[in-house]
Amino acid sequence: MTELTQVGDISDSAGERAVARRTVYVYQAPVRIWHWVNALCMVTLFVTGYLIATPPDSVTGEAYNHFQMGYIRFVHFAAGQTMAAMFLLRIYWAFMGNAHASQIFYIPFWRLDFWKGVLHEIRWYAFLEKYPKQYIGHNPLAHTMMFGVFTLGTLFMIVTGFALYSEGAGRESWQYKMFGWVFSIFPNSQDVHTYHHLGMWVLVSFTILHIYAAVREDIMSRQSIISSMISGERQFRDEDA
Amino acid sequence: MSVAETFYEVIRRQGITRRSFTKFCSLTAASMGLGATGAAKVAQALETKPRVPVIWMHGLECTCCSESFIRSAHPLVKDVVLSMISLDYDDTIMAAAGFQADAILKETREKYKGQYILAVEGNPPLNEGGMFCIDGGRPFVEKLKEMAADASAIIAWGACASWGCVQAAKPNPTQATPIDKVITDKPIIKVPGCPPIAEVMTGVVTFITTFGRLPELDRQGRPQMFYSQRIHDKCYRRPHFDAGQFVEQWDDENARQGRCLYKMGCKGPTTYNACSTVRWNNGVSFPIQSGHGCIGCSEDGFWDKGPFYERLSNINQFGVEANADKVGMAAAATVGVAVAAHAAITAVSRVKVKHDGKAPPKA
Ligand code: HEM
Ligand code: HEM
Ligand code: SF4
Ligand code: SF4
Repeated sequence: MTELTQVGDISDSAGERAVARRTVYVYQAPVRIWHWVNALCMVTLFVTGYLIATPPDSVTGEAYNHFQMGYIRFVHFAAGQTMAAMFLLRIYWAFMGNAHASQIFYIPFWRLDFWKGVLHEIRWYAFLEKYPKQYIGHNPLAHTMMFGVFTLGTLFMIVTGFALYSEGAGRESWQYKMFGWVFSIFPNSQDVHTYHHLGMWVLVSFTILHIYAAVREDIMSRQSIISSMISGERQFRDEDA
Repeated sequence: MSVAETFYEVIRRQGITRRSFTKFCSLTAASMGLGATGAAKVAQALETKPRVPVIWMHGLECTCCSESFIRSAHPLVKDVVLSMISLDYDDTIMAAAGFQADAILKETREKYKGQYILAVEGNPPLNEGGMFCIDGGRPFVEKLKEMAADASAIIAWGACASWGCVQAAKPNPTQATPIDKVITDKPIIKVPGCPPIAEVMTGVVTFITTFGRLPELDRQGRPQMFYSQRIHDKCYRRPHFDAGQFVEQWDDENARQGRCLYKMGCKGPTTYNACSTVRWNNGVSFPIQSGHGCIGCSEDGFWDKGPFYERLSNINQFGVEANADKVGMAAAATVGVAVAAHAAITAVSRVKVKHDGKAPPKA
């Protein structure tokens, strides 16, 4: 999260100055692929999860001709397990990738200037700051949201999701062996359903804010945002001519 | 008291034939999933081991567990089980009363120290020093602790003893408390349900008396053999659930067709019990078969996870009664409105501060 204070410029042999724009490679390919697969899984999980709790109108005819709930649940479980596997790979990449790759997994809790940065971003979003600061990775507020809401939220959904899955898979399943401890905390799985369900709304809220922030910052903060998650490069649009 | 007698001796004395005895052994062994050699093991144990003394105490409860227990399906079961154990004390069904009854407790404690089973129906209320349940002139909780101290193991019958049940419903004025929160130094087996199924109760008693130990328990302290699957896993209406065919209203065609009760709030998907396999009243039926959803009576806190007739439970943490969807949608809508408002203000301020592409003045 290096703050960019100096933007240099380039001139050719004839002394003609080109528009100087600095580009930094931020999001490596694995992060980008992960981001879009994950986003797709998430949206699928929102829709199917909601339908699990509030199924569509009943189908008519014989039961053996239909498998509607079955398919909804199947898609939910498939997306859930894909998301979980991708999450594991993403953690692996936090160690293997560049400095930005690990950003969403921790918060520099003890660094004062980090919290000052958070405050600055809050003031910026509250229209109290005239100019935004630029960061190569996530800005401190986005960083806090990414860790506090997305990373912890997703982890919570994976843990409770697999615990719920283990109820159908049975006591002998690896899911129960690994995630059965959830039922030591919440002995009645109806509570796990309730919290898993609330977790969805937390992530839905995150997604709304996240997409808004991405579009807004793309326009407002003089740096590329959305295209960064496609090309991996962050371009700073200031022209110090 | 004839505790030295074996179970077999007692039932023969009562005129039960050997044939009935072996039949009981094989039925019981089958219900406990003991496999081919199980019946012989049960028979052998019942013929040779002295009967286990049992003290059956009642705290805050409604006696539905006792009612269920004495209605066990197998014609012999109630006699069999009542003679299998040496039920030395049960204030609801015993003849002795008053001081005479209390004397039995004292005697059992002394004579069978560390050997008797303490079966508890109901739970102790702890508020006001336990004054909300007085038994024999003193708080039930004192009696419970005293008898538990010398017991070998404790059976917590029903939702009351296991989880607290309706008397522990919010705000729980008497502070009714499940047994395992009061007695922490003894093995406790929870047999939840409101009431538990008779066959499950007799199965548990038979296992303990036969093998002299508690059956394998799950994470919540319940016997694996009866509580390791949900109602939903073995429900005969499950094909309608998978197909997406639900009762939408109590009096609709789907209700008459016997479709899945999920949308009517059935808690079968979160309830561990044997109803959908063992059923009730000699296997006649169970709630779902009668067209009513499971209310989750064997689960922790089921009394506070209502409404019984809605899929999503209400949560009160937010000050109002609302379910996860109502809370979540309100939160997401707030975020959505905030985002829209923020976008509008952003657009306006952008018109005012003309974007010239210049970097901000360096601080
Ligand atoms: C962000 C990710 C996820 C979201 C938003 C989500 C959402 C939901 C929702 C809203 C429900 C309905 C809960 C209720 O009964 O009220 C649900 C159920 C469930 N979810 Fe997820 N979920 C996610 C991840 C997962 C994962 C990773 C798994 C693991 C495979 C999983 C497995 C399940 C299971 C087993 C159920 C219960 C299905 C049933 O009762 O038939 N979920 N999910
Ligand atoms: C169409 C929808 C989406 C768009 C346009 C979008 C866009 C972006 C962009 C531009 C970034 C980079 C932000 C930056 O450079 O500061 C980003 C990062 C991120 N997005 Fe999304 N996103 C979308 C959906 C989602 C969804 C549904 C989720 C999950 C709930 C999600 C989770 C994340 C996470 C965790 C990061 C941080 C990645 C990292 O630093 O490793 N995104 N997204
Ligand atoms: S009636 Fe209840 S237990 Fe049976 S399939 Fe439907 S939801 Fe599951
Ligand atoms: S079906 Fe559910 S509510 Fe009914 S007795 Fe069984 S566990 Fe209790």
